[in-house]
Amino acid sequence: MNLSDLYNRLKALFPLGELTEQRPDLAFVTLPAEFLRPTLLHLRDREGFTHLVLLTAVDWLEEGRFQLTYLLSNRTQACDIGLRVMIDRPASGLATMDSIHDIWPTAATYQRELREMFGIDFPGSPRIDEEFILEGWNDIPPYRRDFDTLKYAEASYNQRPGRETRDPATHMKQQLYPDTEPGGKP
Amino acid sequence: MAFDWMKIPYSLLTLFIVVNYGFLLGAFIQKIGARAGRRHGIPVWQNYLDIIKNYGQRSSITHGVMFYLGPVFRLSGGVGLLLFVPTIYGSYMFSNLSFAGDLILALYFVFFGTLGMALGAGESGHPHAAIGITRGLSQVTAAELPFALAVFSVALQYQTLSVTDIVGAQQGSFLNWTLFTNPLAVTAAMLGFLGSMMRPPFDVVLAPQEIPIGPPTEYHSSYLALMQTNRAIFPIAKIVIYMNLFFGGADNWASFFLKVFLIYLWSAFVGVCFPRFRVEQSIRWFLIWPVPIGLLSILVV
Amino acid sequence: MSMKPELMKRMVKGPDGVEFEVEPLRDYYCEAPPTVMPAAYSKIVEDLFNWARAESLWILGFGTGCGAIEMRPLMTPRFDAYRYGIQWRPTPRQANLLVISGYLSVKTLKRAIRAYEQMQSPKYVVGLGSCTINGGMYWDSYNTIKRLDDYLPVDLYITGCMPRPEALLAGFTDLKKLIKAGKGEGANQYAENFAWYKANQKQVIHDWDMPDYNW
Repeated sequence: MNLSDLYNRLKALFPLGELTEQRPDLAFVTLPAEFLRPTLLHLRDREGFTHLVLLTAVDWLEEGRFQLTYLLSNRTQACDIGLRVMIDRPASGLATMDSIHDIWPTAATYQRELREMFGIDFPGSPRIDEEFILEGWNDIPPYRRDFDTLKYAEASYNQRPGRETRDPATHMKQQLYPDTEPGGKP
Repeated sequence: MAFDWMKIPYSLLTLFIVVNYGFLLGAFIQKIGARAGRRHGIPVWQNYLDIIKNYGQRSSITHGVMFYLGPVFRLSGGVGLLLFVPTIYGSYMFSNLSFAGDLILALYFVFFGTLGMALGAGESGHPHAAIGITRGLSQVTAAELPFALAVFSVALQYQTLSVTDIVGAQQGSFLNWTLFTNPLAVTAAMLGFLGSMMRPPFDVVLAPQEIPIGPPTEYHSSYLALMQTNRAIFPIAKIVIYMNLFFGGADNWASFFLKVFLIYLWSAFVGVCFPRFRVEQSIRWFLIWPVPIGLLSILVV
Repeated sequence: MSMKPELMKRMVKGPDGVEFEVEPLRDYYCEAPPTVMPAAYSKIVEDLFNWARAESLWILGFGTGCGAIEMRPLMTPRFDAYRYGIQWRPTPRQANLLVISGYLSVKTLKRAIRAYEQMQSPKYVVGLGSCTINGGMYWDSYNTIKRLDDYLPVDLYITGCMPRPEALLAGFTDLKKLIKAGKGEGANQYAENFAWYKANQKQVIHDWDMPDYNW
């Protein structure tokens, strides 16, 4: 299936952003959050994209938004399309988005993961409040970019002293330019 | 009837010989299975080390009186089974308590250990033990059925229930063995034998890859050591009965060792070739193949 | 801290209609702390027992991390750990060696503690891979522990990421030498410093819903 033709057909129905064709069989398109559900239903029922491959999120910290990516696959034509949706990232508390667990039941698991790891709530999704991977987690959702995992690890767990790093770049610099200070000054 | 005090140390001597033979033979059969899988397997003295280690554990947990009695029942079943049949026919030293035992008692003791174990494992409260017990008891019942039929057939054939007399009737040449005079009964019994040895294809009860090891899930330290000691005695005792009923008994220790080894090897021989049956498949197999042969052997006799 | 509802203190109605209060963590488990189990009898008997314990190492079949993939080849004909007397047992009651294979996330640590405490004394712990030593590849992870011997008493570390099966066999041989020399007293060390170990464990495991010692 030609993804540009698909894009043109969809653009006639829904307000889509630009199409990014990564490969002949993989393309991404951005659309507003309100039009996600009708687009998904149209792709599933009319265009043959019956397989929800994954639902994942990207944290755009500087812009204050989350990007949700819904990757759909057409098994008979062997092509994939990814729908990107931008939602608000509040300064405190959880972001929310409509749940799609009634379109694909497997989305419930992905949505549980996103709620625990990113802090994006999908009200109405089954078992969304239960702990998923982390047990007894008491900090901000760890996949967010303002979570400093190294700082958390050093604060919570006892470290064994005497750890040294064998970073190849520093090692080669010592070997080749031994009289240079680490800052680069001779 | 005067009580023969000399029988006691002789019985203990028999028990000692059989325990050691059981440990070594068990390891040897496992080594044969390992060689069939192209590896070296455990050292032959490994069972001794396991027993010493388990007895030497410093702590153990008990779940109640029945939990403690489970391995005790099992061990007494094994020891009783051994002592009530003549080990070496015709020898005063080694015929133990066979004056008082007969076939029905032997059948009882074969099942007694499993029942005691089931009660003990049930007391442990572990759900895996409960599943293992239901599987184990149903499978052992189905496996005992052809053996019981064969036993009745042999008793009808020789018109006696005393094991000593049955062995006596098989002396002479080896064509007198029940193997040749009543082959149907022997076939049924040997097929039933496979089921009660807990080797593939019938080892779903105790296999570690199934529910964690079935009934002995909660057993550890000295309890497990008792059960492992029984695992050395009980197969040998059962094979002694088979040997006496179907293969002419043993006149001396050399033929005893040889015949027990060969009968044990039969189960290992089948075991290394086949994968596991599920419980309902094995029960179905027992009801389809050995049981009609056993029934036929009773009718023919 | 939200525990599972069946573990909380509540009123239950029995089958005969009588209502009573039950507190599962206290009522269904034994509250006693572990005790130091001294070595047995005389030295020669203890040497015999240690030799038997070393030559009959029963590993708990619990693959805690990615190192479990290096333990499976030991059961195959090429490396054949059964020659060394090593067997895998599926239940902690019958095992006397716990191998922490690889990284230990906090979730698994809770289960590993439960399995370790159910094992019978004397018992040994081997840390496999560099993650048990100083965090290894996951040194900056928010979810794995960095030093295993703050939470369980470790007898031996096997370095590598992952160590090859030959390295594992060499490690087990070293462990046997350790046990035969009488130095495999991790369980007693755990009992002596029980409060310290428990404090470390509770510091990282935030949803503690087990008794203090899982007999």
